[in-house]
Amino acid sequence: MTGTASGSRRGGGIRRGEARAGWLFVTPAVVIVVVFLAVPILLALWVSFSDWNGFRSPLNPNVNFVGLENYAAITTEPGLDQQNFGRAVRNNLWYVVFVVPLQTIVALLLAVQVNRAALRGRGFFRTAFYFPSVTSTVAIVIVFQFLFTASGAINAVLGFFGISGPNWLNDASGVFHNVLAVFGVTSPPEALAQDGPLGVTWWEWLAGPSVAMSTLIMLAIFTTSGTFMLLFLAGLQAIGGEIDEAARMDGAGPVRTFFSVTVPMLRPTLFTVLTLGLIGSWQVFDQIYVLGGSTAGGTIKTPAFLAYETSFDELKWGQGAAIAFILFVFIIVLTLLQRWWLRERDPKEPKRRGPARGGAPGGRDEPDVSSAVVGADPTDRALLTGADASDETGRTTRDGSRP
Amino acid sequence: MSDLSTRSVVTEGAGASAARPARRRRGTPAKVRAGLWTSYLILIGLALIYIYPFILSVAGSFKTDADATQNGLSLMPETVTFAAYERLFSDSPFPLWFGNTLLVTVIVTIGRVFFDSLAGYALSRLQFRGRAFVFLFFIGVLAVPGVVLLIPRFLILQQLGLYDSYAGMIIPLLSTAAGVFIMKQFFDSIPVSIEEAARIDGAGQFRRFWSVVLPMARPALVTLIILSFQGSWNELQHFIVSRQSPELNTLTTGVASLVSGQLGSGNQFPLQLAAAVLMTIPVAVLFFIFQRRIMNTTAGAEKG
Repeated sequence: MTGTASGSRRGGGIRRGEARAGWLFVTPAVVIVVVFLAVPILLALWVSFSDWNGFRSPLNPNVNFVGLENYAAITTEPGLDQQNFGRAVRNNLWYVVFVVPLQTIVALLLAVQVNRAALRGRGFFRTAFYFPSVTSTVAIVIVFQFLFTASGAINAVLGFFGISGPNWLNDASGVFHNVLAVFGVTSPPEALAQDGPLGVTWWEWLAGPSVAMSTLIMLAIFTTSGTFMLLFLAGLQAIGGEIDEAARMDGAGPVRTFFSVTVPMLRPTLFTVLTLGLIGSWQVFDQIYVLGGSTAGGTIKTPAFLAYETSFDELKWGQGAAIAFILFVFIIVLTLLQRWWLRERDPKEPKRRGPARGGAPGGRDEPDVSSAVVGADPTDRALLTGADASDETGRTTRDGSRP
Repeated sequence: MSDLSTRSVVTEGAGASAARPARRRRGTPAKVRAGLWTSYLILIGLALIYIYPFILSVAGSFKTDADATQNGLSLMPETVTFAAYERLFSDSPFPLWFGNTLLVTVIVTIGRVFFDSLAGYALSRLQFRGRAFVFLFFIGVLAVPGVVLLIPRFLILQQLGLYDSYAGMIIPLLSTAAGVFIMKQFFDSIPVSIEEAARIDGAGQFRRFWSVVLPMARPALVTLIILSFQGSWNELQHFIVSRQSPELNTLTTGVASLVSGQLGSGNQFPLQLAAAVLMTIPVAVLFFIFQRRIMNTTAGAEKG
């Protein structure tokens, strides 16, 4: 991947000038990334091991190394800090559990329908589904607040069916608790009343996402499904219609064809979408910042937001940085697992899928690209994957993956 | 709008669509056509779900506060009023936010296009010691999740004395690993022969890049421009941690403060909706304009 054949065609004389130009050309980009990304991460790593309180520089001599104290406060020492972290993990965990499968299913559904539609209107539908991904999270949150307010459009629609909707974004009750309440279960059984991991009771862990968080889950699906639809569309086009057609000819119904032919052939794309979704949905921040972390009793707060709040509002910088680093390591591990998994599969790919994608020019290698690109700024990431899946840069896809 | 995008799709899916009518005639027409109709019905239903919220929001921005709160579902305002827009321009620093966003976005976009294509070109074409390492470095950086940069970015900007300044808001965004990666991939895909001609003419390294290579890279550059523009126009996190003065608010941070701040209290939906509409327009318009341009360049390339 790193090597090109350029070495062989270069003469010795030109080479020195070329080396100089090479370094000159990469220097600005390298300096910016090193100074504003690599160095700051090291600085924050130091802060997470220190008792810096936000005054003066974190490098001034009065700041002490405190070892793992900040990490212990949020993970092992019982107390409010640990509980806050536990709740944030719980909130985000439910968010992931719902968002990742749902957005994948919706994106696949959209792609299959758009792909099936004949000549007319295809572009219109594609644009319609993709539009939410283009707009900023701030704007989308405002739209959702308007729609989901107590007297808003959503509750008006529910009203037609005789349902009185909740006050969505301010409702802190867990959806599973609400379901249980229908059956008269409103307090935890003995076994679940005890503390579970991170000082949060099992009853709370199992509450499900709060109604407010469910609204954010819908928001996430609304904004990311369009992007992932584009990835699936690229995958569907690489497969082509012939196989589908053949299955139909053999008498398989559309549903059977979809599950036994289309889905298995889309496996690489499916894997990419699932893992990108997994990585992205552990990074929810923007919507929570706009709504305010204390909304709905803090049930929409995620670790990413908690890290920000702990540092910038409570001025517990070390602890905030520690939360950020736990998240950092966790996401990096997910990313590496994905890259590793895709690398492993890569060599087998052409053999296994060779006949199926025989027509695909240049054998675009989706797994390879996504593996290199995964984890990029969500905005650029999806475009990269999407752009490659279509030819070169012929098409823009942009992600809104504002998980 | 829809017309533009229709054409873009036709270009992209031309192969697949062209083959389709023929196949349909061979198969079982009635059944397939029924399937197609079901498809259209599902699509129209889904499209309504995706578009309707935006239409309602635009309608809401022309309502009175009470009307918007009470009749969220109605498309027609009881009385059409521009009050929200007027208030946005007189009671809030919206124009200032707009200006700040525009300034930052333009500089960041130009910077990214320039620095990322320079680096991408060097990594693709120029032979120098450490090249493989630099490339691996960028690949590694791609894996860094953006959201964990909030605290680190703030720390470094403070340390360098750039906090709460335009420089601090702009410089860290001037280059991205993803942009470098896009450009490198693109240069890898175009033949070296054209450059070789320029080399024989004795053109210097930078001149060759600037006047021979860069013009060829137009499709990739357009992609990068759209990405950068959209990315920095919608950027929120970096502007939360790189500034605090109200005068440096961008659209994202400013409008976010509308939601949580004084003007967000009560049910001032029209004001917020108006802000959301106005901040969305530029990026949406640009998206559609560039989409067509991309299409044209792609079509041109295919012919040649």
